[in-house]
Parts: sequence; C-alpha cells; structure tokens
Amino acid sequence: MSTTPPKPPGYQLPEEHYLNATYGIRSWLLTTDHKRIALLYLASVTFFFFIGGIFATMIRIHLLTPAGYLVTPETYNKLFTMHGVAMIFFFLIPSIPAVLGNFLIPLMIGAKDVAFPKLNLLSWYIYITGGCFVLYSFATGGLDTGWTFYTPLSSVYSNSAVTPAVIGIFINGFSSILTGLNFVVTIHTMRAPGMTWFRLPLFVWAQYSTSIIFILGTPVIAITLLLAGLERMFHLGFFNPALGGDPILFQHLFWFYSHPAVYIMILPAMGVISEIIPTFARKPIFGYTFIAASSIAIAVIGFFVWAHHMFLTGESTYAALAFSLLSYLVAIPSAVKVFNWTSTLYKGSISYDTPMLYALGFIGLFLIGGLTGLFLACLGLDIHIHDTYFVVAHFHYIMVGGAVMGYVGGLHFWWPKITGKLYPEFLARLAAVILFVGFNLTFFPQFILGYLGMPRRYHNYPPEFQVLNVMSTAGASILALGYLLPMIYLTWSMRYGKVAGRNPWPATGLEWTTASPPLTENFDVTPVVDWEPYDYKNRPDLGLQTPTAPTLAPAHGDD
Amino acid sequence: MHRTGELSGQFQTLEQQKESATLGMWLFLSTEILFFGGLFLTYTINRHTYADVFSYSSRTIKLSWGAINTVVLIGSSLTMAMSVWSAEVGKKKLVTFFLIATLVLGGVFLGIKGIEYHDKFVEHHVPGLGFDMYYCTKNPGACNLRPEDLQKERVELDELTKKMGGETAVNANSQLFFSLYFGMTGLHALHMIIGAGLLLWLIKQSMAGRFTTQYNTPVENVGLYWHFVDIVWIYLFPLLYLIDRH
Ligand code: HEM
Ligand SMILES: [Cu+2]
Repeated sequence: MSTTPPKPPGYQLPEEHYLNATYGIRSWLLTTDHKRIALLYLASVTFFFFIGGIFATMIRIHLLTPAGYLVTPETYNKLFTMHGVAMIFFFLIPSIPAVLGNFLIPLMIGAKDVAFPKLNLLSWYIYITGGCFVLYSFATGGLDTGWTFYTPLSSVYSNSAVTPAVIGIFINGFSSILTGLNFVVTIHTMRAPGMTWFRLPLFVWAQYSTSIIFILGTPVIAITLLLAGLERMFHLGFFNPALGGDPILFQHLFWFYSHPAVYIMILPAMGVISEIIPTFARKPIFGYTFIAASSIAIAVIGFFVWAHHMFLTGESTYAALAFSLLSYLVAIPSAVKVFNWTSTLYKGSISYDTPMLYALGFIGLFLIGGLTGLFLACLGLDIHIHDTYFVVAHFHYIMVGGAVMGYVGGLHFWWPKITGKLYPEFLARLAAVILFVGFNLTFFPQFILGYLGMPRRYHNYPPEFQVLNVMSTAGASILALGYLLPMIYLTWSMRYGKVAGRNPWPATGLEWTTASPPLTENFDVTPVVDWEPYDYKNRPDLGLQTPTAPTLAPAHGDD
Repeated sequence: MHRTGELSGQFQTLEQQKESATLGMWLFLSTEILFFGGLFLTYTINRHTYADVFSYSSRTIKLSWGAINTVVLIGSSLTMAMSVWSAEVGKKKLVTFFLIATLVLGGVFLGIKGIEYHDKFVEHHVPGLGFDMYYCTKNPGACNLRPEDLQKERVELDELTKKMGGETAVNANSQLFFSLYFGMTGLHALHMIIGAGLLLWLIKQSMAGRFTTQYNTPVENVGLYWHFVDIVWIYLFPLLYLIDRH
C-alpha cells in the first residue's frame, strides 16, 4: 500500500475546502463553521463513548460469575451509574444532533451556516464544561445513584460525588437547549429558494422534532436536578419525605424530561434511516408526509407518557391506565415509520452497502425494542418485569440497536461528504455484521434473564442465571470489536481512503451537490431547489438511467 | 458583525436576520417557561399539601416591599416598551434615556429584594442557615417587628403549632415554603441581573447611535426578555405574598 492517497481518474479533492481553509489549533477552537463544530463534537462524543464503554466492559466482566468477579458491590453501583450518565447525557443525546445534525442541516437546506454560528460554538463549550464537571465527579469518588438520580438517595444518602455530577448535567442541558434553538430557527429561516417544508429531507424533519423536545424538555430536567442539588448542598426538603417533601415528585419531573429524551435519542436515528433506505433502494421514500408527520407526533405524544416509568410507585390506577394507553398510542407513529421503510424497500433495486446494512439492522432491532416497550407499557405485565433485565434489554435494543446503529450507519453514509474519502467497503460490511451479531448476543439473553426475574442494578445473581450472563458477556466482547473496527478504518481512511467525489452513492439530497469535503461557505452559489425529495426518476444528473436499473454502482473504497 | 446594522455573513437579508433573532428569542422564552414551570409545579403541590403552614409563612413576609416592587417592575416594563418604541421611530436620544430608566428601576427592584432577604436573614427564615420559625417570638426584640405584630404572630403560631401537632412539623413545612420562596425569587432575581447586564450592553450600543429604524432587533429582543421576567414576577407576587391576607 502506498503512503500517498491514491487518486482514481475523474475524482479530485477540491483545492480548498473547510478542512484546509485555515490551519492551527486556534482555527478549530474558535471556529464558527458548523462543519468544524460538528467535528469537535465528533471527537468529544467519541471520547465519552470510550469512557462509557470502559465502564460497560467492567460491568460485563463482573457479571461473569454469580458472586461477582471484579469489584465490590459499592463500586458496582458506581460502574453502572457512570456508564449510564456518560452514555446518555454525554454520548447518545448529543451524538446525532450535534455531530450529523450540525454538519448536515445547513448543507441539506442550502444555507451557508446555521442561524447563530457563535451560539453554536458556545454550545460546544458548554458541553465541554458540563463534561469536565462530570469527569471530575467520576474521578473524585464516583457516582452511585443510578443515572436516574432518584431522591432521597441522591440528595441525602449517597456518599459519592453527586454535586459536581448534577452541576455538570445541569450545565450540559443548556448545550442541548441552544443547539435545539439554533436548529429550529435555522430550519425556519435559512432554507434556500425552492426548499419548501415538504421538500425538506426527512432527516431535517427528525432534527426539527428532536429540537422541539430539546427546547421544551431539557429545562425541566435542568431545574429538577438543580433542586436536587440544592437539596443536597443546603439540606432543603423539596424531595425529602423526612422534611415534608415528596420523592415521587422528583420522579415525575425527572421522567417528564427523560421519557421525551428517549425520543431525542431515537428520532434523529430514524431520520438517518429515512435518508439511507431510499438511497440504496433507488426509490422515492414511501409516504413522505406520513414519516415527517410521525416525527412531530412522536415529539408531541412523547411528552404525555412519562408516568409509565412509575407504575409501581403507587400512582392511582386511573392515572396508570391513562399513561398505559398513551404509551400504546406513541407506538403508532413509530410503527408508521417502520411500515413506510419496508414499503420503500418493496420492489426497490437494493444494494447492500454498509449504510444499508446498518439501516436494515436498525429496522429489525428497533422493532424488537419497540414491541417490548409495549410489553412494559402493559400494566399487569410491568409488575412482573419492572426493574428487571427485561427493561435493560428493551432500552438497549432501542438505544444501542436503534440509535447507535443509526448513528454509525449515518457516519458511514456521510463520511465521504465529511472527509472527501471513501472507507474500505469490505471491512465496513464486516464490522456491521460483527456489530449486529455481537449486539444480539449481548442483549437478547437479557430479555430472558429479566423475564426469569433477574433484577437490574444488582452486583450478584443466583447461579442458575450464569449461562445467560456468560453469553451476554461474550457478546459484549464481540460488540466491542465491532466498535473498534470502524474507529480504526474510518480514521485510516481520512488519509489513505480513495477520493469520493461529490456524490458517491449517488443520493438525491442537496448536500451531495456540493464538493466533498464542502467549502467553508458550503455552496459556490446559493442553490435553487426545483426537484422533489428522493426523486430518482427525474434526476438525470445522478447518472442513473432508469429508476430500477442503476448504471452507476455505488463507489466503494476497495473495488 | 462590524458596523451599524450590518448583516452577519450567514444571512442573505436584514429581514431574514431579524426574523431569525426574534424567533430565537421566542423559543428561548418557551424554554424559560418550562424552566420556571418545574418550580411552579413543586410550589403548587406543596401549597396544596401544607395549605395552613404555607398561608402562615406567607404572612410573615412584609407585604409593603413586595407591593412596591411590583409597581417598580411594571414601571420598568413601561420604560422598556417606550425604548423599543423610540428605537422603531428612530428617536436615538430617547432610546438611551428609556434604557437607562429601565436599568435604574431594575436596580431599585434588586435593592428592595436585598432588603427583604436581609429581613428574612435576621428573622432566621433562611433555609439551611439556622432556620427557625419561632425565632422572633422566642427572642422578642431580635427581629425588627412592631409589638402588636409580634403579638399577632405569637397567637397565630401557637394555633398553627397545635394544628400541626408540634414545632418540628411547622418548621419542616415552612422551611419548604421558604426554600421555594428563595428558589423562585432567587431565580427571578438572577434573571433580573442578567437583564441588567443586557441593558448595560444596549445602553453602550445606543449611545454609539447603533439603533436605527432599520436595525433595532437587539432592543426589541431584550425588551421581550425583560417583559417575560416581569410577567414571572406578576405570578410570583400573589403566589408568595398574597396567599392569605386579610
Ligand atoms: C415504542 C414505544 C415505547 C414504549 C411503549 C416504551 C415503554 C417503556 C416502559 C413502559 C418503560 C418502563 C419499564 C419499567 O421501568 O418497568 C420503558 C423503559 C425505558 N425505555 Fe422505553 N418505550 C418505548 C420506546 C423507547 C425508546 C424509543 C427509547 C430510547 C431511545 C426507550 C428507552 C427506555 C429506557 C432508557 C428505559 C429505562 C429507563 C430506566 O429505568 O433507566 N424506550 N420503556
Ligand atoms: Cu418512557
């Protein structure tokens, strides 16, 4: 292999683009270019993914034996708490919005940047500041309250470093809020001529819905954690029954954000899938308006189901019934999406490129995750499986099988745009398969464990559960390999990958009409949109002769 | 951004820039509503559960200062509105004048709030700092109360203690009230301080003559923010001061 990147005939990197426009660490740390900010986020969320991943590995090693293999019970509590906090607040919530959303929204709508570029950079600094507080908490005593911070454990009894963690998450919330605000304004006011609302890529609709949740949900968790923190620091009693406060109120406030937050994590991934599927099926997406509207519906209904996390707190039966029913309702728009994606595949001319493998994997895993959510929303059944490994498996199917798969698939899909280079296709497909296998081996046994009654958040378990736990740990090591591979070959491809060209797949979005990597201003001239979204029929510029018979196979890094 | 009213690079037109800024401010205010919303909910639930103690605790706050502050703040909303109007019609001197007036009124509000906080500190009504609802009645002369008020307080407090079944309950629950009082008014005061900072920045710009009939979005947006903070107070005042006055 030669050390200089090979250049295929026909494709050249643009002479000047956003990556080489300016040099030096200052030009990155003070940048207001949404594409560079996206890369700052890419580096930082990957860092937190690593931290969370290390904790996860330790948890799985510990659970190899019934008595617990690795750490003390106290440390075990800290492991799962810090795993959850790092993964949820500092990896998954910002991942797709702050990395892919930042990079793509202006490109997809034909704008030069987001509406408030300085605010965008500020959001990253806020995120980093919050992250530092949380790392400080991890390093000085750790955190053992569970990512849910239930009071009075978090406000009175815990001896771990709760205060800095709460402050960190509080601060980080403003990063989400400002990013959401920036996106909503950008989507409203910065669209290029001809880019009407119903010509927006579905990824943008998904980001729009997510941003609404950012704006309306995040302040509630911010104030809630602030109150819990004040309670801890000044011995106040908002949520402390000994002082007349109400711990259940904390749970209501917490889930008022944290249920919608699960849609913050999944909606953007659904947006990614809606871009990938039509591209590799070479067909317009089926039911565009339904998919767009279902994103909004999920964002709205998602605000009214929070108490399904609290069926066992003694809430009134009528309230529980209402929340159960509403939880069933929220599954409808999710199902609408799944049906539309599969209908898009029907009679499509499908190619199994890496992003498509992730998208197909997403559909299957999200289906399992979503359906088991309905089990949990069923009042009688939840009494049996609440706080067991069944819940753990449910949310990992959605958050890892769904959201993270969507994120990694999206990274592959837009990698040629972000870096201008192609990744090695064979390795990438291999990694996708390894991830899929490793994931199922890790988490499917947990459904069974939970159903058999293994509770979550315990450091030990009865011996009869060992076989399934060992399977799960074995799966986790495969999963870890599956994550390391892309990290390695994607980094490698930045230097040695083949030059991608503007539109390697080819796909229909506006982002593919500009150079790869794009210029700092994104487009030479403001684009004018006169085509419908995902319209493969009327786009001779893509080089596909007929919608069903592609003459141009997708470009690969190793063919 | 460089000179007066100049367009930032990411926008095509001034209208687009203005529309973006205004929409951004409204979205920010909707975030704020939910931010305060958590506190209002906590308040409502506890007020419902501990109605008697909340009524009593509320009566120990001096009404006059709160009433004066309400008037001051409504006045400042008026001056703020006047400065927005002046900017729209291009009266540059008036813009600066009304902005300064708003800042002064805001300062008066914060000053009075400071006096109120100090009173509460003297009366040992600050949660976490030797909180004791019985401090004034047990140490006559320690608090700045008229004898007849002190007598009234003693009678009411005795009655409440009997009803609640002991001093511990009264102290725990009224500490909840005062935690909320300080939490809510404190967060509100923090918003006032941020608002004052924004006003200072506007005044500087305004003195440099930056605001014209074409370009006055910052004045308008800070105005929106200021009115929002006022409205929060309009809710706080009855909830905290007027629960049960006769
Ligand atoms: C299809 C609609 C869904 C339904 C009906 C549903 C239902 C539920 C229910 C009832 C619970 C509580 C289980 C218990 O504690 O006993 C739960 C837990 C959870 N769900 Fe879902 N869910 C859905 C989708 C999602 C999505 C999209 C995500 C994430 C992206 C998600 C993430 C979670 C998490 C993280 C928990 C556990 C929280 C904890 O206790 O730590 N769910 N789900
Ligand atoms: Cu939920």
